[in-house]
Amino acid sequence: MNPTYDANAASCPLPLRDYPTIVLAHGGGGRLMAELIEHLFLAEFADETLSAKTDAAVLPLPTHAKGRLALTTDCHVVRPLFFPGGSLAELAVHGTINDLAMSGAQPLYLTVGFILEEGLPIAVLAELVRRLAQAARQAGMRVVAGDTKVVERGHGDGCFITTSGVGVVAAGIDLGPQLIRPGDVVLVNGPIGEHGMAVLSVREGLEFESPIVSDCRALHLEVDRLLRAVPNTRFLRDPTRGGVAAVLHEVAQAARWEIALDEAAIPVRAEVRAACEILGLDPLYVANEGKLIAIVPPEAESSALTALGPQARRIGVVRAGSVGRVVARTPFGTERLIPLPLGEQLPRIC
Amino acid sequence: MKYLHEFRDPTLVAQLLHQIRQQTTRPWTLMEVCGGQTHSILRHGIDTLLPSEIRLIHGPGCPVCVTPVQLIDQALHLAAMPNVTLCTFGDMLRVPGSDADLFTLRANGADVRMVYSPLDALNLARRNPQREVVFFGVGFETTAPATALAVQLAARERRSNFSLLASHVLVPPALEALLQAPGCQVQAFLAAGHVCSVMGTTEYDAIAARNGVPIVVTGFEPVDLLEGIRRAVGQLEAGQARVENAYPRAVTNDGNPHAKAVLAEVFEVTDRPWRGIGLIPASGWQLRPKYHAFDAARKYPLGDISSREHPLCRSGEVLQGKLRPSDCPAFGRLCNPRSPLGATMVSSEGACAAYYHAGRFGQVHPNGESR
Repeated sequence: MNPTYDANAASCPLPLRDYPTIVLAHGGGGRLMAELIEHLFLAEFADETLSAKTDAAVLPLPTHAKGRLALTTDCHVVRPLFFPGGSLAELAVHGTINDLAMSGAQPLYLTVGFILEEGLPIAVLAELVRRLAQAARQAGMRVVAGDTKVVERGHGDGCFITTSGVGVVAAGIDLGPQLIRPGDVVLVNGPIGEHGMAVLSVREGLEFESPIVSDCRALHLEVDRLLRAVPNTRFLRDPTRGGVAAVLHEVAQAARWEIALDEAAIPVRAEVRAACEILGLDPLYVANEGKLIAIVPPEAESSALTALGPQARRIGVVRAGSVGRVVARTPFGTERLIPLPLGEQLPRIC
Repeated sequence: MKYLHEFRDPTLVAQLLHQIRQQTTRPWTLMEVCGGQTHSILRHGIDTLLPSEIRLIHGPGCPVCVTPVQLIDQALHLAAMPNVTLCTFGDMLRVPGSDADLFTLRANGADVRMVYSPLDALNLARRNPQREVVFFGVGFETTAPATALAVQLAARERRSNFSLLASHVLVPPALEALLQAPGCQVQAFLAAGHVCSVMGTTEYDAIAARNGVPIVVTGFEPVDLLEGIRRAVGQLEAGQARVENAYPRAVTNDGNPHAKAVLAEVFEVTDRPWRGIGLIPASGWQLRPKYHAFDAARKYPLGDISSREHPLCRSGEVLQGKLRPSDCPAFGRLCNPRSPLGATMVSSEGACAAYYHAGRFGQVHPNGESR
């Protein structure tokens, strides 16, 4: 995957070529804005409800009569806009899908808000919109409403995207930290820390022998498989900002139990581990965009691992002990506290 | 061999622990010099695996911790100047000066950049000729060569918008000062492996001989640390006091000749104040006169900044191995990573931060009520 995006090589829908970059008028409500909507957004998203251009999308209720609605919203910013394994567009779709999926919801509808910085090449926007539409389509989600604003140059980082998602939770599915019991096992669906290190290595111009690729992807199908195999799954969460450590702290606090990790069992790819070592970062605190933490009853461990795929691992257990504490057993038989991060991790001096 | 797992091998760790147990007959107090070693010891719980006779105390080798508060105040002052871009290592951003830290200043609009190398700062100066780029350089012999190289390159290309606010310090004079201080309990040193990879080991011979202390050059992984401890205890038990290299994959007797040449060309030795410890003679580097044009302290008026330490902070005693972080009355109560009283609670190499993050609270337990 090419880490940088070549704006000149991209095709651009006519007649947007007249303006190679975003200008304030693209958000001004006049002809330029109408062209942007018509020739880019409506063309790419290809949704009849969106194309009706009504003030609100009016949609049929889901067919599962006893299901419940799930609604989420997420703001997305990333620098650079394109990175190995994805871009702001995939983050915006997958992030919202994953938030819905972690509540056990099947994703249905998506709304998209763009904040564009004056001077953003139209070709870059077109590529983001194309990728966004593709990611939504692949996940079976319809983009049914949207909005665009343009801010003056220097007031934005190229492009910010806000997405909201609506999904439906089937009857009988119930997830939450209050269901967690001592003895439950903590699972992760694959190696951690890839998204954070992929973005960091591009941003800081760090080069490694094998480039680190973001794990950015939608998790709803995986969750669906898990919930079919283990309907009494207790809790799901995607460890994005703050990484696995932050999520485990949150759940240990909410569940009022202690979580004990087995350090040797936590999957980390060699290149991610090496990059973390160089910078003095701990992969437990690095962001993921295609990973989930599942907590299931102990007897469901093997069926849950099967449902989550060959890279899934059991990384710890829930136990009585100190409320909200997270510890890790080292390979040497000692136990260490996993502290809650204060903010972002800072690379060390030497 | 990728050096990711080999030196964390549980079997080797168990073997080394067994050997250490076998050879230990009396109580011994060892100091690991480098904050990176302290964090590794605490992170892996190495200290809890050792026989009870062996006590590890934590040394002053945390560059952020020993940087005088006055210098941090000077950096804050420079960063607040509208035409200045201040660059420094990530670790420095959260260290409290008298009133603020660089993060807060950045949030308030100052141009503060985190860099990985002084050469990144020099590049910023090249790309932004209209900005005054100041590199705030701290650290021991490990980081000083890159700073020296940046100054050398800047001088070569006559770059007038790049300067250095620096407090680079030297390990051997600090070890000597610790040994001379009244009440010193150190019986052997685990010397900082990365410092020795630059400087070599020869300058430690006289310290070991004069003071009768074994000095074992030691790495940072569990196996490295235990090998260092094993050799130090072996010397103590045998009544020896010499320099040994337990980190030969990174350290040679003579060190890195290229780095040493750049250092000698750019810097000269000077007396330096260490935060929490005080003035140590001949313990730091300053720019030689031919590079004074790149000295931010000469380029900008920084003389009349008054600095003060928090009265309750006892980081000086921690840095000298006289006070265990968890025995400090403020530890975990008044002082924590969110509102640190001193630099030892901030830096990723500070002993107080290491104790806090490893959950070594002694009697205090701020994280988690018991069930």
